[in-house]
Amino acid sequence: MPEINNFTMNFGPQHPSAHGVLRLVLELDGEVIERADPHIGLLHRATEKLAENKTYLQNLPYMDRLDYVSMMCNEHAYCLAVEKLLGLEVPRRAQYIRTLFDEITRVLNHLLWLGAYALDVGAMSVFLYCFREREDLMDVYEAVSGARMHAAYYRPGGVYRDLPAQMPQYVASPYRDARRLDELNANRQGTVLDFIEDFTRRFPGYVDEYETLLTDNRIWKQRTVGIGVVGSERAVQLGFTGPMLRASGVAWDLRRTQPYAAYADLDFEIPVGSTGDCYDRYLVRVAEMRQSNHIIAQCVNWLRQNPGPVITDDFKVAAPPREEMKGSMEALIHHFKLFSEGMSVPAGEVYTAVEAPKGEFGIYMISDGANKPYRMKIRAPGFSHLAAMDEMAKGHMIADVVAILSTMDIVFGEIDR
Amino acid sequence: MTDALENLRQTLSAKLGDNLRDARVDREELTVEIALEEFHAACLWLRDDPACRFDMLIDVCGVDYSEYGDGTWEGPRFAVVYHLLSLPHRQRIRLRIFADTELPIVPSVVDVWAAANWFERETFDLYGILFDGHPDLRRILTDYGFVGYPFRKDFPLVGTVEMRYDADQGRVIYEPTRTEERVVVPRIIRSGEEGRYNARNQ
Repeated sequence: MPEINNFTMNFGPQHPSAHGVLRLVLELDGEVIERADPHIGLLHRATEKLAENKTYLQNLPYMDRLDYVSMMCNEHAYCLAVEKLLGLEVPRRAQYIRTLFDEITRVLNHLLWLGAYALDVGAMSVFLYCFREREDLMDVYEAVSGARMHAAYYRPGGVYRDLPAQMPQYVASPYRDARRLDELNANRQGTVLDFIEDFTRRFPGYVDEYETLLTDNRIWKQRTVGIGVVGSERAVQLGFTGPMLRASGVAWDLRRTQPYAAYADLDFEIPVGSTGDCYDRYLVRVAEMRQSNHIIAQCVNWLRQNPGPVITDDFKVAAPPREEMKGSMEALIHHFKLFSEGMSVPAGEVYTAVEAPKGEFGIYMISDGANKPYRMKIRAPGFSHLAAMDEMAKGHMIADVVAILSTMDIVFGEIDR
Repeated sequence: MTDALENLRQTLSAKLGDNLRDARVDREELTVEIALEEFHAACLWLRDDPACRFDMLIDVCGVDYSEYGDGTWEGPRFAVVYHLLSLPHRQRIRLRIFADTELPIVPSVVDVWAAANWFERETFDLYGILFDGHPDLRRILTDYGFVGYPFRKDFPLVGTVEMRYDADQGRVIYEPTRTEERVVVPRIIRSGEEGRYNARNQ
């Protein structure tokens, strides 16, 4: 009889299913996982240390680069922290715009997650479907901020500017004929809000398409049902948040339990799973996309009817309007001071959290009254989730490791920071 | 919200007595400083007591206070800050313990909240604070073989080493860094209201 030994295998750091740069040291008994030891930090950029050496406004774009598929939610947590330290009131319209873009970001994130998850588990086509819809939402990002991903659109005190009156359109090129151009621009004739509204009308149909491909798919179920089960008590103990926690049957959502921005006024449901396996987490995220779509529609409706300022008029925090700078010496000084020295924030410490698509994304900020944070800690949801990798993967087959890793919605930008 | 926190503060001071070094509500957040010796017992109590039920550990992080307020800080240099969340009561609390400056060592809470495992490893990695009772206190974020604790205030922002591929030796080598630290915007503390006007000054 041959002697069978356990052996150790490296998964990553260069592996298409490692979602970036994860080195996973797997101890195997045949094909069964005995121990999984994630080695992280290959993308460590010391964002928190950099933040101590930059002014409050300079730090904002770093937030996009943490969880680089839910950019605006990270900015939101950061802005809330600065605003809480300053004791600053944000205009209502800015809060609605933030809510709108938080939800657009959630859809963007879940679409990428769904496509990548299906790809990891072995279904190619879902990925293509998901990226089709992401393109529309990326265009909305670009329309308001000028950037498709790293937007830097939220600012302490509000958002950078109001929603543009005209949705950007495709231009003629040698590669498209006139008929195709008209087709592409058909829903881009009006404002950005018109375009988003058109999207919210189409989107439920798209989600139905994904569900047709996956929800009752026999292979999909074989790969996800009963894999990586975490009970509700254990999920709390392990510090799970977001869809990971809700799939385990705990109805905890910061948008409902500790509302911020405009969530208290909006109507939405919180989908909750029961068993806490990979399939439940899939169902919860798909249901969340439908809820997000519902919230987006409500925000569009509100924003149509309620014009107003979108950033605070406290010029110590936000730059004065450009027209005013042309004539007023005071406004010019404010502008100069804000972009050279930056704003001074009163001493104190705050922790603010938002329900990012992956879970609770928090910023703990200590200020000693200077123009730079004294200490900034980023609480990334994925960090706690990945820490549970060993526990979730133990006893599963090696192919299930990919399914479990992917179900956590891992992004190394936020885990390594 | 603030009333509930005030109640909680009083419950805590009744329970912990002298071991509660400081407890204050600021900006609708309760911050509690606990004596190092009683910290572990206090955590167990905070988790299990029906009035507290802080069943989730949200975050653990280290703080180096050595340059706080441009050197006006007089307390111990290192602190570890814990953020707890109570799902049943929908409440948050912040715990802070100060550690010894020469040999910072604090009790581990991995046996209270399993989530503490990686957070404590991270704090150890970045600040060199040791956690007594941690099952696997290895470095987590920094490079294999890294020397020093990068988030301490006396660690240079540009680091100490740089890495490149050496064609002669046919491998990646480490060398002392040649990057110079450059401060574009100096750090300024504006005293009192000097840095902030109350309204738009026209």
